[in-house]
Amino acid sequence: MSVVPFVNALLQVRDLSVAIEDGPEIVGEVSFSVLPGEIVGVVGESGCGKTSIATALLGDSRAGAVISGGSVFLDGRDILALTEAERQKVRGAVISHVAQDPALALNPMRRIGSLLAEVLRVHLPDLGKPAREARIAEAAADVGLPATREFLRRFPHQLSGGQQQRVLLALAVLLRPRLIVLDEPTTALDVTTQARVLATLRDLCRTRGIGAVYVSHDLAVVRELVDRVVVLYAGHIVESGGRDQIFESPAHPYTRGLLDAVPDIAGRHAVRPIRGHAPALQDRPDGCRFAPRCALASASCAQRPGLRETGRDFGDRRLVACHHPIRDRRDDTPIASRLISAAAVQPLAVLEGVSASYGDSQVLFDVGLELPKGYCTALVGESGSGKTTFSRALVGAVEDVEGTFDYDGRRVRLSGERDIDLRRRIQYIFQNPFRALNPRQTVGQILRTAALHFFPIRSADADREVAEVLERVALAPELARRYPRDLSGGERQRVAIARALICKPELLICDEITSALDVSVQAAIIDLLRQLQRESGLTILFVTHDLGVVRAVADFVAVLQHGRIVEHGPADRLLDRPEHPYTRAPIADSPRLRATAG
Amino acid sequence: MTTKLSALRRDPQARLGLVFAGSVLAMALLGPAIAPQSPLALVGPTYGLPGDPGALLGYDYLGRDVLSRLLAGGRSVLWMSFAASAIALALGAVIGIAAGLSKRWIDHAVVWGTDVLLAFPDLILVLLVVSMLGREPWLIVLTVAVSFVPGVIRLARGVTLGVVSQEYVEAARLMGYPWWRVVLLEILPNIATPLLVHLGIMLTWAVGVLSGLSFLGYGVAPPAADWGLMINENRAGLMIQPWAVLAPVAMIGLFALGTNLLAESISRAGSRIGVRRGVKSRARTQMRGKKRRQRENQA
Repeated sequence: MSVVPFVNALLQVRDLSVAIEDGPEIVGEVSFSVLPGEIVGVVGESGCGKTSIATALLGDSRAGAVISGGSVFLDGRDILALTEAERQKVRGAVISHVAQDPALALNPMRRIGSLLAEVLRVHLPDLGKPAREARIAEAAADVGLPATREFLRRFPHQLSGGQQQRVLLALAVLLRPRLIVLDEPTTALDVTTQARVLATLRDLCRTRGIGAVYVSHDLAVVRELVDRVVVLYAGHIVESGGRDQIFESPAHPYTRGLLDAVPDIAGRHAVRPIRGHAPALQDRPDGCRFAPRCALASASCAQRPGLRETGRDFGDRRLVACHHPIRDRRDDTPIASRLISAAAVQPLAVLEGVSASYGDSQVLFDVGLELPKGYCTALVGESGSGKTTFSRALVGAVEDVEGTFDYDGRRVRLSGERDIDLRRRIQYIFQNPFRALNPRQTVGQILRTAALHFFPIRSADADREVAEVLERVALAPELARRYPRDLSGGERQRVAIARALICKPELLICDEITSALDVSVQAAIIDLLRQLQRESGLTILFVTHDLGVVRAVADFVAVLQHGRIVEHGPADRLLDRPEHPYTRAPIADSPRLRATAG
Repeated sequence: MTTKLSALRRDPQARLGLVFAGSVLAMALLGPAIAPQSPLALVGPTYGLPGDPGALLGYDYLGRDVLSRLLAGGRSVLWMSFAASAIALALGAVIGIAAGLSKRWIDHAVVWGTDVLLAFPDLILVLLVVSMLGREPWLIVLTVAVSFVPGVIRLARGVTLGVVSQEYVEAARLMGYPWWRVVLLEILPNIATPLLVHLGIMLTWAVGVLSGLSFLGYGVAPPAADWGLMINENRAGLMIQPWAVLAPVAMIGLFALGTNLLAESISRAGSRIGVRRGVKSRARTQMRGKKRRQRENQA
């Protein structure tokens, strides 16, 4: 599949492939181009080869992987054909890279100023000290950092996450490169900081004519930032095109599925998961790699579809690799939120005056919250706001806590021992599914232990309960004999939910349970929770920092800031018309997937 | 568990370790039964060289058959080292897990205690006790075990802390499972691998300490046959009849090597558990293969 080159393209990637040494291909036949001043988003879920492409653009590959073919033309020069010494000159000067986690990418023992000066000293040894300082001041101004002597003498740990990311960005633009490759640069930042970094980046590209390749799994960020999108699945480009085309009428079933799976803060939409999960590197199918998960798959999908042009509007080329491209616009009707009638809302749990501390530092200050029976309440706040402490206090896992807790009409002590019945009725699901299951017990053993602990049943009945609960969380009954290490992240989280459900709880506390999962898997978990709530009238406290997820699951929202609840109310009212300034900022700054719905 | 065992069976290093340690063990257990002579009988010339058809390894400083003494002399050191290591493991694991689970100040107190004990050299402690209280085997076993306990405590406490912070342990606690169940089902299976590895290493140390004791004359009393004692008795004639010294040295060395190899391969098999054989580990394996090929090419 050859691509007609853009005459004036800054970066041209042709048939790039990266493989494990004498092993399977990580990415293959990747072709795209970037114009000056253009930002191209490379999107995909974890394991699809995004980072491999990002590093290959600089002529590098991770240990054990090799760039096995193709070419990367930058300004007409093939980076892959250069010698290592030539390539090092190009890196930083012509093409630069911004890494994912600024806390890990900056040497903690070096001052900011010396980090910046080093780049200049290596690449431009002739530059005198005053000229160097001028360049540093210029780059710092570009990314919105103060270039004062005091600031440059600081160490990385003395900066905030957003400032660290700006330093990385400054390092990247210092030599005035033509192209910047950004590998998920904002995943470690909160939404407000992210919005500022993204705005800086956009200005830089527009004013300086720098091209950028923005690698991300976050579709909302990509929609806000980029001009064109390349969608990857299992190592191949499945679709590429202009941003609006991709987001409004995606032609590939995977792109469409991915967009349907993302919860969006802009409005409540049905979140539809993609069934199954992405294949591991060695299990990728020969034909269309998405076929096993695709609803439109047919016999022809056993043959690999090439990347074909499907249409062109406003000069943007639109390429899709699919035998059954979808042509109509995306069906995107919002679903109605659950009507909340004041009479029906009865609190299951009422907390008042909850204060908690770890040692000398107080985390929660006089928090009061009602959890209405049968509804989902989301507890939102940035990291360190005390939301996990609060939710743990509900299950009696925080020692130093005061306040009153009325559960279903009876007064319960927040700290200290609890009776077995209360432990059964309030269940807690942890954030990280990879740490929440004992690796030495089978799924069946984990679930049985819980069932036998709470109910006076015989062993055979427990086995039946296990089979039933696995069915409720949509897992195959054979999985009961497997160990957690054989399961994917989404499956493990389902087992964790099943462990809570087998206890027949009334109140389910979910602590960021989707944050460790991929979007399409997250959608499946959200879907499952909603369904469980409908069927058995569970009351849910959903702790999260993702406002899109809040929109998708919650009926009520409580916002926590520095251990105090600053705003509380029905989800739609709070997300559409936030009142407290602390709530307003993140809601306004959250990237949206759709043009704002009012 | 099965995958781990089969991985272990396929590992050439584990096999080698098993063969080494196993053959020494078999020799020590069956040896007295197949010894051609009594280990105590004076049957040949002093420092007689091998050559006689009846004496493959020659005779020692009193004219006893070295082969027979070698076959008879392994039992004491082996059972004592096994017993000492097992006692140390059990005791240390219990204290270590308890420390890892208990309140901060108890934990700190245990750690300080182990630090003090670790600062005291093993052999000196054992020598002190033996010279003060006598050289009964059970006393030696107990003393060696006590000298090993601090190391086990530190290890068990460390790995317990790592496991306790895992959310599945907290989940079990929130469910209200009884504490013994949390320890036996959630914690112990997950710290078993490092403890097993440590057992192997302790066996090696114990063999060394016990042979050292015998060599110094504080272990098994002469004229009984014992590998450490044999080294001491015959070292004066090392130049004349080296086999009387080298044979027991070889046995001790072989056993130590075998248990060490086994322990290391158990730890490797253990660390592979839970790691998905995905891109990264495969890449690493292939990298290793590539480096090896490079080395071979250079050589």
